[in-house]
Amino acid sequence: MSSTTLQHLANGVSLGSLYALVAIGYTMVYGILRMINFAHGDIFMMAAYFAFFGIATFRVPWPFAFIGVILATALLGMLVERSAYRPLRDAPKNSILISAIGVSFLLENLANYLFSGKPKAFPEITFFANTVVIGGVSIQVITFFIPAVTMIILAILLYIINRTKLGMAMRAVSKDYETAMVMGIDINKVIAATFAIGSGLAAMGAIMWGIKYPQVQPMMGVMPGLKCFIAAVIGGIGNIKGAVIGGFILGLGEILLVAKLSSLTGYRDAFAFILLILILIFRPTGILGEKTTEKV
Amino acid sequence: MLRIENLTVAYGGIEALKGITLEVPEGNIVTLIGANGAGKSTTLRSIMGLVKSRSGKVMYQGEEITGMKTSEIVAKGITLVPEGRRVFPNLSVVENLMIGAYLRTDREEIQKDIQWVYDLFPRLRERSWQMAGTLSGGEQQMLAVGRALMSRPKIMMMDEPSLGLAPLVVKHIFSIIKEIRDRGVTILLIEQNANVALHIADWGYVLETGNIVLSGKGRELLENEEVKSAYLGKKKEKAK
Repeated sequence: MSSTTLQHLANGVSLGSLYALVAIGYTMVYGILRMINFAHGDIFMMAAYFAFFGIATFRVPWPFAFIGVILATALLGMLVERSAYRPLRDAPKNSILISAIGVSFLLENLANYLFSGKPKAFPEITFFANTVVIGGVSIQVITFFIPAVTMIILAILLYIINRTKLGMAMRAVSKDYETAMVMGIDINKVIAATFAIGSGLAAMGAIMWGIKYPQVQPMMGVMPGLKCFIAAVIGGIGNIKGAVIGGFILGLGEILLVAKLSSLTGYRDAFAFILLILILIFRPTGILGEKTTEKV
Repeated sequence: MLRIENLTVAYGGIEALKGITLEVPEGNIVTLIGANGAGKSTTLRSIMGLVKSRSGKVMYQGEEITGMKTSEIVAKGITLVPEGRRVFPNLSVVENLMIGAYLRTDREEIQKDIQWVYDLFPRLRERSWQMAGTLSGGEQQMLAVGRALMSRPKIMMMDEPSLGLAPLVVKHIFSIIKEIRDRGVTILLIEQNANVALHIADWGYVLETGNIVLSGKGRELLENEEVKSAYLGKKKEKAK
């Protein structure tokens, strides 16, 4: 394998991991509320700003800043759910979807108003910017760091969902609110926890995104948000492993497209949408999508 | 133990319950029979706090529980086996049982109770790790009953446990209901199949379009001419 191919692969895996982290948030919320949280990409953007202010303005050492950013973003996600989605829980599904679009615009304009539309440079962190040389290619530490963190997070998340009481409650609530309530489950708490986890993962994605692509601006969540939504659909929305697979397919696909067919570089974003259209035509439930037939 | 006083429930202006009063004494099996749409399920759902009542009270062990959150009502020892089983298809059999004990924290006792449910329904033990969605209708009903028992209820409400089950399975489920009662769990049973329900019930109420029109001992209602013709499908001259 040539050294450039290796470099492209590393970049693809790393971008794919970022997509995966954010896609998990879409898929978890969909699994439990059957809605697409269109504000998820903007929560990702807010997290990037939180990180920027934490490190550049308040000079908090980066490991602490990151923990603070993750917690603050989780709170933001819970706040959005509490104020914009919970009051509409019994309303038709379209209302909650429109509310999500409203939250998305609100966050984008709020960021524009508060932080100005001028892009800010994400502070460089020496630890991640260092490069290592492998097989004749020099690769930044962050490029390895991203997939490693994603894999650890994924393992923890799958453990929570499959092996803990909270995870069991989440799976129950995702199938049947009312029966879950009869079991004594407080579904508001479970849904709030889902938003907290999803938003926390988006925050991790945003931090690593900022390190790799060091520019923060109010619309930065739009395109990654859409692509991660597509990744979730490709993998089968509602399925966490599916979201990760979808993220990797999209990330690797994009990087390899640009690398191998450089004349198509301008179509990089179109690639994701073409993939979405193909999936919707040939396999609407996605790669690992749940079958809709259920025993009554 | 459980007393409902003048309970009225309305769905968007249409009254489903028009002020019913009924009582479930401790240690009894009380049944509520009636046709589709008579308000049977609504009664159970409002006791569980799943629908809001318009007026009236639900009293449980001398305390008013009207308007409480469902999780609080469950914590007090009331449980429901919902209509159509409603097991969680994406959870395994053993997980369905564990989620029935959601509010309990006594891990060891929960494990014991799981074994107890498996003794009641040996079929569930064989299928412990199977997803509940793959079980047959009868097995799902057993699981729904077992899941309700896992909360260690003082009173278990059952909504149409015989629905869509083969007669032999119905017989089995009802013998288990008696066994559960004999262990000290009070039972409020809703049935369209009035015949089986009245046979095991200590007391029965007949619900018709939101009103209680008749009540009496289970055996007496079985002999009642109105009940016979309306719910048991028996003509007067036909011997039972």
